[in-house]
Amino acid sequence: MYRRSLFGLAAALAVAGTSLFAQDMIKIGAIAPKTGPLAGGAVVTQWPNVRLWVEEVNARGGLDVGGEMKMLELIEYDDKTNPGEHIKLAQRLATQDKVDFVVAPYGTGFNIATAPIYGKYGYPMIAVSAITDKMEELTTRYPNLFFTLGTTTAFVDGLKEIMIEQRDAGEIGNEIAMVNVADAFGIELADRARELFGEAGFDIVYDKSYPLGTPDLSPVMKGAKDSGAKAFVAWSYPPDSFGLAEQAIIEDLDVNLYYSAVATSFPAFKGAYGNKINNVLGAGGTDVDNPAIAAYRKAHMDITGEVADYWASANTYASLQILEQAIVGAATLDREVVTQYIKDNSFETVMGELSFTNNFSNTFWSVGQWQDGVFRGVKGSNVIGAVPVRAKSGWSE
Amino acid sequence: MLDILVSGLLLSGTYALVAMGLNLQYGVARIMNLANGEVLVLGALAAFWLYTTAQISPILTVFLVIPVAFIGNWLIYRFLLRPLVRRSKSQGALEVDSILATFGMSFIFIGIMVSIEGGFFLYKYLSEPISILGSTTSLNRLVAFLLAALIAAALYIWLHYSRPGVAVRAVSVSTEASGLVGINVPRVSALAFALGGTITAVGGALISTFITLDASIGVVFTLKALIIVIMGGVGEIRGAIVAAIILGLVETGVATLVDPGLTLAAAYFIFVIILLFRPQGLFGRRAV
Amino acid sequence: MNPATVQELIWAGVLVALAAFWPMMSNGYWLGIGVDVMMYTTLATSWMLFSGPTHYISLASAAFFGVGGFVVGSGMSDYDASFWSMLALSAVIGGVLAALIGLATLRLSGVYFVIFTLGLAEMIRNLVSWVQNNFLGSRGLYVLTDFTDAHLYWMLLVTAGCVYLLGWIISRSRLGFALRIIGGDETVARHVGINTAMAKVILFTTTGIFGAIVGAIIAPRWSYIEPNQVFSPQLSFFIVIMALLGGSGRLWGPVVGVIPFLLIWNWVDSNFPNQSILVLGVAFLLIVYCLPHGFVGRIEQLRAYKRGRS
Repeated sequence: MYRRSLFGLAAALAVAGTSLFAQDMIKIGAIAPKTGPLAGGAVVTQWPNVRLWVEEVNARGGLDVGGEMKMLELIEYDDKTNPGEHIKLAQRLATQDKVDFVVAPYGTGFNIATAPIYGKYGYPMIAVSAITDKMEELTTRYPNLFFTLGTTTAFVDGLKEIMIEQRDAGEIGNEIAMVNVADAFGIELADRARELFGEAGFDIVYDKSYPLGTPDLSPVMKGAKDSGAKAFVAWSYPPDSFGLAEQAIIEDLDVNLYYSAVATSFPAFKGAYGNKINNVLGAGGTDVDNPAIAAYRKAHMDITGEVADYWASANTYASLQILEQAIVGAATLDREVVTQYIKDNSFETVMGELSFTNNFSNTFWSVGQWQDGVFRGVKGSNVIGAVPVRAKSGWSE
Repeated sequence: MLDILVSGLLLSGTYALVAMGLNLQYGVARIMNLANGEVLVLGALAAFWLYTTAQISPILTVFLVIPVAFIGNWLIYRFLLRPLVRRSKSQGALEVDSILATFGMSFIFIGIMVSIEGGFFLYKYLSEPISILGSTTSLNRLVAFLLAALIAAALYIWLHYSRPGVAVRAVSVSTEASGLVGINVPRVSALAFALGGTITAVGGALISTFITLDASIGVVFTLKALIIVIMGGVGEIRGAIVAAIILGLVETGVATLVDPGLTLAAAYFIFVIILLFRPQGLFGRRAV
Repeated sequence: MNPATVQELIWAGVLVALAAFWPMMSNGYWLGIGVDVMMYTTLATSWMLFSGPTHYISLASAAFFGVGGFVVGSGMSDYDASFWSMLALSAVIGGVLAALIGLATLRLSGVYFVIFTLGLAEMIRNLVSWVQNNFLGSRGLYVLTDFTDAHLYWMLLVTAGCVYLLGWIISRSRLGFALRIIGGDETVARHVGINTAMAKVILFTTTGIFGAIVGAIIAPRWSYIEPNQVFSPQLSFFIVIMALLGGSGRLWGPVVGVIPFLLIWNWVDSNFPNQSILVLGVAFLLIVYCLPHGFVGRIEQLRAYKRGRS
């Protein structure tokens, strides 16, 4: 009898112990490229922020879910930049690993591909690297999908405003040389840009695309140079953003406005070109003097050993902060409740106060500029800390 | 016009570096090496890593890469690929096996490289403008071109005027006949494979000075190398060089005169046309 | 490749009927794997229809798959066309494209054919991107439908069944007989009066039609069509590898290659999430060394062994 009750007590404790242990963790799923064409970008913008967030939260003891402290357990997969692979892994997260929440994928296509799957299981997706003009249609179809980095139109608008200002200041004329990478991203942006720039009275005198992975961009740059335009715009991806910059330096491109899209905001961009790329414009931007951002960047460096980029890194971290605050605020792991909480509330993040209207957050940077070694935000929507744009003058050190 | 000539030729240098190695590996050792691009990226990774951590010039890295790549590729042939050669009963079977095996190898290389550096190998070396006959270009491309020309010339001389080189050429014509005249075919094949891999790795180190690579981009270079090797005719070093020149000039010409968006389409179009009129490639031999 | 037997056809029919119940039995994840299995089985089998008898390795599969995906994507996104009309159109375009490629490759053999098809596929990829950039002015191709994985699974199952049936019919027809002779020795075939050119072109056209159909069916699953993804050469390589893993010589070879390949892939993804590519490469090498004639080879060996013992 004594033995039985002791055994019973031990058994009861064991059961209580395991169930307590099991309840301790919140499973977070994250799928993004670690190999494949988009890996280079994801490794800078996405993965470090995921790791930073999970480590910071766990260092604080986890999240307070209705009074109980629960730690985060991260389940990560490499989608190899393959849509079919990513879809399969997303289903795995939802049905096999049964994660509580997911980190939205990296890349417009992947967010759209997984929206139906995650939607079916009720996962809120706070997308960052997803830029599209079809947000209304997409969010009606997938009410669990949230956008935070702006629309295609906003992306182009920021640059257009700068170009109008520079034209008024006499730095550039009406002529623009515009190139784009022949990938869905570049094609979409160039298409929109032709419309918007045209409406603003600009004349695109050199308008060419180049295949993804072109090894020699010198013909493109020479063509742009020959056109005589004082403004150069490139809707480009990481490898070509770097390649175009190199060519611009070699050709000593005589422009007062130079813009290349993705990866201009990578720290490595300055690392490779030094001061030659001073006053180059690029997609994104951030306010490094803002104390919240400064603290975030320091933590990023301390914990991951990498420098955050000057664009979507902060947004990615902010999206994770939103998720965190929504879980805590809703005091539950019930995804429907948390999703509704995201829709109804505002959040204090490194990007300032963010909230969603029709699943769209209207606070983001669109254009930034390298100014004396720091990539600062110059244009954005509902952001503070924008600095004036400077004209480009030469490519010397 | 001059711009096209200069830029086009420099691009040919890059392409020649990419293709010469595979030409040796496929033409002599009969290995369709789908991991060729990854070997190139390995060379690039070495140059990137040594430059960014120890400020070692990529030119110097080339000399470090040569012995490592040679031994590495030799070992790969000896232990991973020779068993396949031995057990395959026909050329077709060996091709199938080598495609499958080198495909697996390419994955292994990517996995290794990603764990060393997951992002872009972004650095610039000798990125100075230089004027050739009035056309502006960058010094690093010129250096790569000169080294490519040097390697090609050295290779040609070696293949035609040295005993081991002649043995290599014999094996590329016929493995059976070479064996019959007393050539140690396995050893020559291993030599060709190792040499091919070395040239590719050196090419990668040089190319990385002006093209930003990352761990996953190898496949693009494998595809390019395959196109050039086949277009030039398998096993013929002259063929690979001529094919590289044609492609470099066509791509640059189309980019300047027509539309940069059509460069690859034009390049493949030339490739298709050449094969339609000369199914064995420019300098290739008719299949026996 | 020997003529397929009626017994094989009955087996195939039974398997197809059984496979139809899969969506009822499995949840989202395994159903998704099922969709992948059906997709690659169709692609690999239609590839095998051509490459099996002729021993020509084609790397053009991505071109056809891409055409299917792109036609559906462009049609539905830019022109508000219906999915079914675009599916039909992509099959037609895929077939025509394949016929043209088939005619162009008649003089090529061996590795020249292999890389030629690869070069063609790449040329098509870049042309399509360029056309999209300069003329279609599209803002990203969104294919937003109400198809569930189950629908796609059944569509692909039907397609796979059709491919197999077609292969079965051909293998027992005069065309199949002609192809076996071509595969044995093409010069002999020509001297015996077989129109080798016509035979090859017809077969290659079927590869194109089915490749495009599969690409069209998968488009709704991806929801966002990018030319560089949908024309990716990696797909061509995977199809060849799965078919070769299965082993040539049997029409059911591809199935036997696809399923283990995908299962191994799945196992590696789950257990080595951070080094999946590396481990997959190792698994690959192991398969190549242990299964010299693919799974078909092993299975035939086992059969012969059993027969020898009885």
